Amino acid sequence: MTSAARTINFTLNGRPVTADVKPHHNVVEILQTQFALFGARESCGQGLCGCCTVLVDGRPVSGCLYLAVFLDGASVVTVESLAAPGKLDPVQEAFIECGAFQCGYCTPGFVLMSKALLEQTADPDDEQIRDYLAGNLCRCAAYPEIENAVKLAARKSTAGSTG
Amino acid sequence: MANLNTTAAQAGHQVGRSLPRLEAREKVTGRAEYTHLMQLPGMLHAKIFRSTVAHGRIKSVDVSEARKVAGVYGVYTCDDVRTVIPDPYYGPAFHDQPILALGKVHYVGEPVAVVLAADPHIADQAVQQIVAEYDELPAVFDEVEAADNKVLVHDELKPAGTFADLKHLKGRKGTNIALDFRLRRGDIDKAFASAAHVFEHTFRTQKVLHMALEPYASIADYRDDGVTIHSGAQGPSFVRTEIARLLGWPENRVRVKVPYLGGGYGGKLYIKMEALAVALSMLARRPVKVALTMEEQFYTITKHPSTFRIKSGLDKDGKIVARKCEVWWNGGAYADVGPRVTQKSGFTASGPYDIDNVSIDSYALYTNLTPAGALRGFGIPQLVWAYESHTDMIARALKRDPLDFRKQNLLREGRPQATGTILKDAAIEKVLDRIAERLNWSQPFDRGTGVVRRGRGFAVALKAVISPTTSVAIVNIAGDGSATLYCGTVDMGQGSDTAMAQMVGEVLDMPAESVRVVPRDTDVTPYDMGTLGSRSLFHMGHAVRLAAEDARDKIAALRHELGEPAGSNAPLGDLFRKKYGMQAGNIVGTGTYKPDYIPPDASGLTTNATPFWMVAGSGVELEVDIETGHVRITRLINVADVGRAINPRIVETQLSGASIMQLGFSMFEKMHIDGGQITNASLADYKIPGIHDVPPAMENITVDTTQENGPFGAKGVGELATFGVSPAIANAIDDAVGVRLTELPLTAESVLRALRAKDNQPLGEE
Repeated sequence: MTSAARTINFTLNGRPVTADVKPHHNVVEILQTQFALFGARESCGQGLCGCCTVLVDGRPVSGCLYLAVFLDGASVVTVESLAAPGKLDPVQEAFIECGAFQCGYCTPGFVLMSKALLEQTADPDDEQIRDYLAGNLCRCAAYPEIENAVKLAARKSTAGSTG
Repeated sequence: MANLNTTAAQAGHQVGRSLPRLEAREKVTGRAEYTHLMQLPGMLHAKIFRSTVAHGRIKSVDVSEARKVAGVYGVYTCDDVRTVIPDPYYGPAFHDQPILALGKVHYVGEPVAVVLAADPHIADQAVQQIVAEYDELPAVFDEVEAADNKVLVHDELKPAGTFADLKHLKGRKGTNIALDFRLRRGDIDKAFASAAHVFEHTFRTQKVLHMALEPYASIADYRDDGVTIHSGAQGPSFVRTEIARLLGWPENRVRVKVPYLGGGYGGKLYIKMEALAVALSMLARRPVKVALTMEEQFYTITKHPSTFRIKSGLDKDGKIVARKCEVWWNGGAYADVGPRVTQKSGFTASGPYDIDNVSIDSYALYTNLTPAGALRGFGIPQLVWAYESHTDMIARALKRDPLDFRKQNLLREGRPQATGTILKDAAIEKVLDRIAERLNWSQPFDRGTGVVRRGRGFAVALKAVISPTTSVAIVNIAGDGSATLYCGTVDMGQGSDTAMAQMVGEVLDMPAESVRVVPRDTDVTPYDMGTLGSRSLFHMGHAVRLAAEDARDKIAALRHELGEPAGSNAPLGDLFRKKYGMQAGNIVGTGTYKPDYIPPDASGLTTNATPFWMVAGSGVELEVDIETGHVRITRLINVADVGRAINPRIVETQLSGASIMQLGFSMFEKMHIDGGQITNASLADYKIPGIHDVPPAMENITVDTTQENGPFGAKGVGELATFGVSPAIANAIDDAVGVRLTELPLTAESVLRALRAKDNQPLGEE
């Protein structure tokens, strides 16, 4: 705990930021303690549940394992940035319309993973959805609703981009 | 489940709408509040040093090196705790659990000492410097062995007095039995003596975990004139009462605030980290947060492992004339609510059948394991696992169709259940018929050939909801006519805030979305017994309905007082302006609900065991690979009697989620324990259901019923779809390959071992 802090620069939800981080600090910790962002939250602490998911340079990572020092120069997106004022992201809208959560603790992780999936594959089939979301856990087990939400979000996004 | 009308925001008919959850927006944007994520100014983090032995006297706890770590605020043991709380024992049924281990440790993982620091990493590091020495004592882990009382977990029993029927156990020594519930109906010996067929089987369930993704967390901020506790708690009123008792304070100096819960499932009931957080805040004079890691949840509370020996006698026509049930509940080192699980589930241990002669013995046992409490079913899933496997085995042994055999013996409306309470509004037959219809039970079924064999099975269950319990609610109408609901039901994902708002909207003729539901805060939200056992929609639902009706009556009186013509629907805000000359004033409606109840007599009999019966069942189709033992569930059907659904879509999600959770408990979840040590205490080694574990075809169905004494015809839902899943799967495995498993979980290994044993080629032990 005595090791020296290092200053890093990165882009957080579109804005340039700096942070003083120690070698053992993970991404979740830095987001919570230095930027007051709690959408990414630790649960299993082993990178197995997906509650801590954030996008680093467009790639979903487990914020509980990903060391904060590696963010230097990167672009980080958290769930807090998805909604514009008064307007939710189509994925968030779809999660609400499909009732794709119960307690909501894992929801930010699922929303970000779904977002990343749809960036890659605009119209995923059932198997692609299940494979992509296999690393996220929901103890309330709203999985059927989540699958529906991803399909609805795909339709919304496609409609949005053409209209 | 068709009514998914999510757009109708107009007033009227709020009950029955599939309104999205009121807090949906907060949850999808990551803004919903959870205790585990909360920070207070000046807050210290607590990290716990835990016992490494299952049973032992504490010789010494050396904290000197830990205290030297730079940045450590303090290190505390129970000796320190006793300087601020002299009698540091807590618990809902027994005051048996010390805030930190006192004199002895009773299980591996029991909290022994705590380090406080502003930086949790420093606290963690300092915990590694603590050294404890123990005189190890013999330990007992199995619930049936514990009943022999050869190894004693506690020197003396300490019932809390909260439950009158446990008072006689006070001061009892020489036993591990925290409670024995007995029920005697008819003449069991005579019935067995004259029975044409007798069947006896023993079933076991394993130790499994709630594993809420938000681990346990409590923050206490102690001041000389009061303490505020932020906690992920399912029962804020109980926490307040218990902390007030520990401090010797009146309740109004203890404030418990509960935001949303990141899952509860029964784990966050009663009192968990709250007492420790309060004691530490008293010692440190700072706010203290006790927030556990995922691993530490394995050392906090679990489901009860159980052993159930069940014996049935039948007459020559296949009518069950006698059933004897002996259930041993492995309660772990502290009673928590185990005695309640033992008694309340005991009421229905003989199942949803009409049997004249019943004998039930249900034992709550102490063992040297992590304590066990309520987990989505209050013991019912363990019982259904046994009695619906047993019932199926009897049908198969007698070459009877399992559906036909059950229907011959089913408990029907108007008949006395084992306790003597008359069955009412319990759609057992409707549920069973619907499962059979969805499974096409009367039609031939392709059981496959070669390596992959197919089978189908089902199970049906009955539960008496816990009674008697009290709920209180307040509905407050502001000067502009807007309504606010104060109720202590904790929304841990089941959608209670939304359902309660719908009930308020229904009574006051306003959109449910416009009703504000105040987050739970014992300074403002009135008493509620707890969010548990599927009781809230019924009990709190009634209290909310009564409070809204009280407000509605007061509004009518105000209209009358102001000389409004009969039938006037002048906006509420206009009434207040007319009355007070400006936008001012309040109308406060209150409601209290407590159902009637008659405690069981010495024979376990009562004519009023429960305000409502819970009924549900499941049907399963599956494939078994006979070379590997791998089971693939291809279809899962859950059918439940929920009365009238307040919010059909949330009901459906509850049924679906509960059944998938139970699928995990049925197929693979298990805490592996070696000499009292949990060897898989992490999410890496303890698998829970993921998206690939969801059966490809799932149906969640509610039968068309009304709970006559329920609020708007409704009753509880949360636990229902857990009941039938495990035995339905085991019954389907038997149907597919002719082997019978009697112990959960139903792993590929256990299926393969059974297949090989059946072929007289048993696999060797590992």
